[in-house]
Amino acid sequence: MSGEAALIRVNGLSKKFCTDLRTSLKYGVRDLGTELMGRGRSPELRPKEFWALDDVSFELRRGECLGLLGRNGAGKTTLLKMLNGLMKPDKGRIELHGRVGALIALGAGFNPVLTGRENVFVNAAVLGIPRQEVLRRFDEIVAFAELEDFIDMPVQNYSSGMTVRLGFSVAAVLMEPDILFLDEVLAVGDIGFAMKCLNRVREMMANSAVIFVSHSMPMVNAFCTRALVMQRGRVKLDTTEMGLAMDMYISSFKVEERVTGNGGAQLSDVHLWIDGAPVDERDPVVDQGHEGVVELTVKIDAGERASLIVYVDDVALGQVLGVIAKDAQGRRIELEAGTHRLRVRLGKLEMNMGNYSLLIQVKSLVTSQSLCRVQGISPFRVRSNNIMWSRVVREQVTDLLPSPQGS
Amino acid sequence: MAFTDRLYLTALKKVTVRAAAHTSLDKGPARTPPAQDAMGGPVMIYTPASALTSPGIMFRDLFVDMRKAFDLAWRLARRDITAQYRQSYLGYLWAFIMPLANTVVWIMLNSTGVVRITDTSIPYPAYVFTGTMMWQMLVEAVQSPLQQVTAAKNFLTKLRFPREALIIAGMLKQTFNLMIKLVILVPAVMLLGVKPDWHIFLAPVAMLLIVITGVSLGLLISPVGMLYNDVGRVVPLLAQFIMYLTPVVFAMPQGGVMSTIFQWNPATPLILTGRAWLTGSGTPMLGPFMIVAACALLLLLIGTMLYRLALPILIERLST
Repeated sequence: MSGEAALIRVNGLSKKFCTDLRTSLKYGVRDLGTELMGRGRSPELRPKEFWALDDVSFELRRGECLGLLGRNGAGKTTLLKMLNGLMKPDKGRIELHGRVGALIALGAGFNPVLTGRENVFVNAAVLGIPRQEVLRRFDEIVAFAELEDFIDMPVQNYSSGMTVRLGFSVAAVLMEPDILFLDEVLAVGDIGFAMKCLNRVREMMANSAVIFVSHSMPMVNAFCTRALVMQRGRVKLDTTEMGLAMDMYISSFKVEERVTGNGGAQLSDVHLWIDGAPVDERDPVVDQGHEGVVELTVKIDAGERASLIVYVDDVALGQVLGVIAKDAQGRRIELEAGTHRLRVRLGKLEMNMGNYSLLIQVKSLVTSQSLCRVQGISPFRVRSNNIMWSRVVREQVTDLLPSPQGS
Repeated sequence: MAFTDRLYLTALKKVTVRAAAHTSLDKGPARTPPAQDAMGGPVMIYTPASALTSPGIMFRDLFVDMRKAFDLAWRLARRDITAQYRQSYLGYLWAFIMPLANTVVWIMLNSTGVVRITDTSIPYPAYVFTGTMMWQMLVEAVQSPLQQVTAAKNFLTKLRFPREALIIAGMLKQTFNLMIKLVILVPAVMLLGVKPDWHIFLAPVAMLLIVITGVSLGLLISPVGMLYNDVGRVVPLLAQFIMYLTPVVFAMPQGGVMSTIFQWNPATPLILTGRAWLTGSGTPMLGPFMIVAACALLLLLIGTMLYRLALPILIERLST
């Protein structure tokens, strides 16, 4: 066979969990009994059980990185644990070809009383790496962790960042897996170290089939070539189109309206208009690339003067677009005490398809304090025919120039 | 929501067509797979079937894991021992403080006549001291598997490693403690007026067997013990009770129901023979001792298999 063959083969994998601890323990004893009798698992659900993982199938080849997306409890960690051989399947089959490595539970086996040096050996032993190998690459591990000065200090005197750096370095330097499992620990430590981690992980990924669980969309976007979107144990979507997967995951979250600020201003009657028509608030769909306008009423308390900014937030509440309210002369609008009705032009809504909402901030020009900040107001969905990874999508006329002469 | 789904479906159709051309473009050429073939490497297959249905594979895996386990066990045992003594002022002395305290109590009870113990072939203090020390060894050995597994719980449920290492590490720690105890035990009994003979070289064998017996029993209770912590609580309680049915602080009763119970108690030959070898009093109960030894070794094998089969099931009940 060639390198093209799948390293991971998962077929109809299912796992049941129990909602109640006592029943779960009871079933545990019973399962132990069946195992000892040499009988297989019953594929039926017993009372108080549910499918934590339901009929999951996929194959993964070297060089592929599969992102597992889904809300907490969607079955991602369960799947990872079963792949790692920590739990037995209730149905289905897993086949793994090659050495398996996991960047999970960094620094497993560390004892706080012992020095960093001693703990490196313990941790490496837990990861199944022979002592000679550790001895040979010890300096490399310490250098990677940037802990040369502290390696003979007890780990309990390390900061949490230092401990996790050491744990990461042991695994990252010593492991050369064909199959790699990652659970949220791609990058640890401060920004500088995190960058190093990411580079190292990318190196490891190039030579292996990777399964990656993360809630960080930038990480998923940067590393994964494929994604499974999971919902209640089932695979909702299996795609190589990361934008689509991420959007599906993200739109499973609902934005809540949240008002903060010192109360020196009140917002009301906030409405979104597209191309001069109000957006239907029961089904707020906006086609990509159309002009958006926000109309709102703001009441400023006596003795205050305020400025106003409207943001467009994505579902992760990251600001995609910020609009500063200015007058026709290009000066920032200063709102005096009293009630004002404003129409803020947002311009073309060129955000990528997905769910968005508005964040409106009224800030005092007297004290610089936030008078009113409303987050998650008038949520809307951008609809588009383009599936892109970028945050902003624009369709632009492109000129075909005459082809260059010479070589 | 229905709308959302429809949107994805339409989008998905387009995507699958374009997907093939897409991936290589977007992620760059750095991801091209190497020519290296992993098919010669290890293959793991997980299915719902009981491991017992294919005993050949089960024993082969056990053997492979065992070899790896020793390396790790050595590390873990060293870690625990070093840490334990580094963080303690009295250090190794703790190995004797407990039996010493116990001995003092029983000497007082005996000398004040609260309890009258007769007919110990060696001076009573030496009898109690050796007895309690070996008994403590047995009880600690019983508790060791459960303790080891509980201590490693945080990474046991997250990482895959040869889990037998935890048990072996427990045994290594016990053996280490045993050696320290011997270093003190021998001069101590001599000080108490006992003259050991060449049998003393057999004493470590008896003690090792005590450890093995304890760990085997511990392995048998640890699967259920991991699920229900009642088990962990019952062990010391039960141990206290059984201690009085074993010639630890009492001499073997002559006749009566108690005598029969003492005779049939499997711990009796272990303690009696161990003590006799240590104190130069010949070899009593060699037959029962051999039987217990054989049973202990068989039990160790069964316990190991049980532990191995049970852990994946237990981990799913413990995890999160």
